[in-house]
Amino acid sequence: MNEANVVPALQTATGPTGAQAEVSILQIFLELLIIGATSFGGAVPYLRRSLVTKRHWLDDKEFVEMLSISQSLPGLNATNMAVLVGEKLRGILGAIAGIIGICLPGGLLMFVVGMYYHQHGDHAFVTAALKGVSAAAVGLILFTVVSLSKKSLSHNIDFVFIVMTVIAVNRLHLGVPRTLIAVGILAILFHHPRKGQKASAIP
Amino acid sequence: MNQIPALVRVFSYISILTVGGGMAAFPEMKILTVDVHHWLNFAQLIHLYSVGQMAPGPNMMMIVSIGQWAGGTLGAIAVLIAFFGPTAILAFVVAKAWRKLERWPWRTSIQQGLAPVSIGLLLAGGLTLAKGAISGVETAMLAVAVLLILLQYKVNPALLVLASAGVGLLIPPK
Repeated sequence: MNEANVVPALQTATGPTGAQAEVSILQIFLELLIIGATSFGGAVPYLRRSLVTKRHWLDDKEFVEMLSISQSLPGLNATNMAVLVGEKLRGILGAIAGIIGICLPGGLLMFVVGMYYHQHGDHAFVTAALKGVSAAAVGLILFTVVSLSKKSLSHNIDFVFIVMTVIAVNRLHLGVPRTLIAVGILAILFHHPRKGQKASAIP
Repeated sequence: MNQIPALVRVFSYISILTVGGGMAAFPEMKILTVDVHHWLNFAQLIHLYSVGQMAPGPNMMMIVSIGQWAGGTLGAIAVLIAFFGPTAILAFVVAKAWRKLERWPWRTSIQQGLAPVSIGLLLAGGLTLAKGAISGVETAMLAVAVLLILLQYKVNPALLVLASAGVGLLIPPK
């Protein structure tokens, strides 16, 4: 714990981006492989702990900046972050090493689990357990909706955009692409740049 | 017979719909994998997605299972590349440009505008999942309990999902 406080101070002494040239492709791959194998329940906190606190490959500001890019683009936060971090450290090969590393453990696990479920998924015991697991997944999504709303909404009218999106997808069956374009453009226009407002990254 | 071209088409399309997270693409994924291509049924899709929440790493790794069922090991690899390739290339290309646009005022507008839409897409995906996952009072109560526990305490969500498997065993079958 003490070490973690001392090292960043040394890091800033040599310049904020001083140590990055030494990170190898293999190091990027292994670090993201470890995150991919241990990040139970959401990868973002694990990414921060590993890349910012432990390895000092990024400072906190860079991490938040990359996360905000990851969230605005299509793609999962975890894989977008792996690409962005890999790209920053070692360009295209770093990005490839990063995304393969973070995907490999979970992918292999679901490959095996999928085969097992295919063979035994209809056993009464498995079905009963899965009933609980699926209900919990719904609760987990609702929690993510609540915590993202608290964190990333900037205006009360955003709740109207949320409701419009849900109605468009689930009631009107417009499909995700058309909904994204229609409600997305409306919401972006509403949040148009106002005079005297400075551009800033949303954490 | 050979499902791999269809797998690649479907999952590269779903890939670009995952704005704000994998769940945003869930309604479209349900239509394409269940209703159109019959690679699995709705209950199986829900089960795979939910079990996938206990796996480490990116939370949509259940797509690998769909690929494996429909096209064997090659199918699994094809799906993985199709699903993560397009967005990875986009992130790679856009990241630099996006960083340069730091002072462009519309950048903030895009971020502020996409935030509620991606939350809406997540909620829409969640409601699609709920249609199949919530089958009675017991499962509804379990979902609400998970929500309340997560709002109140700092628990690892993967552990809660695992514990819910145990609770599921106690729910009497219909």
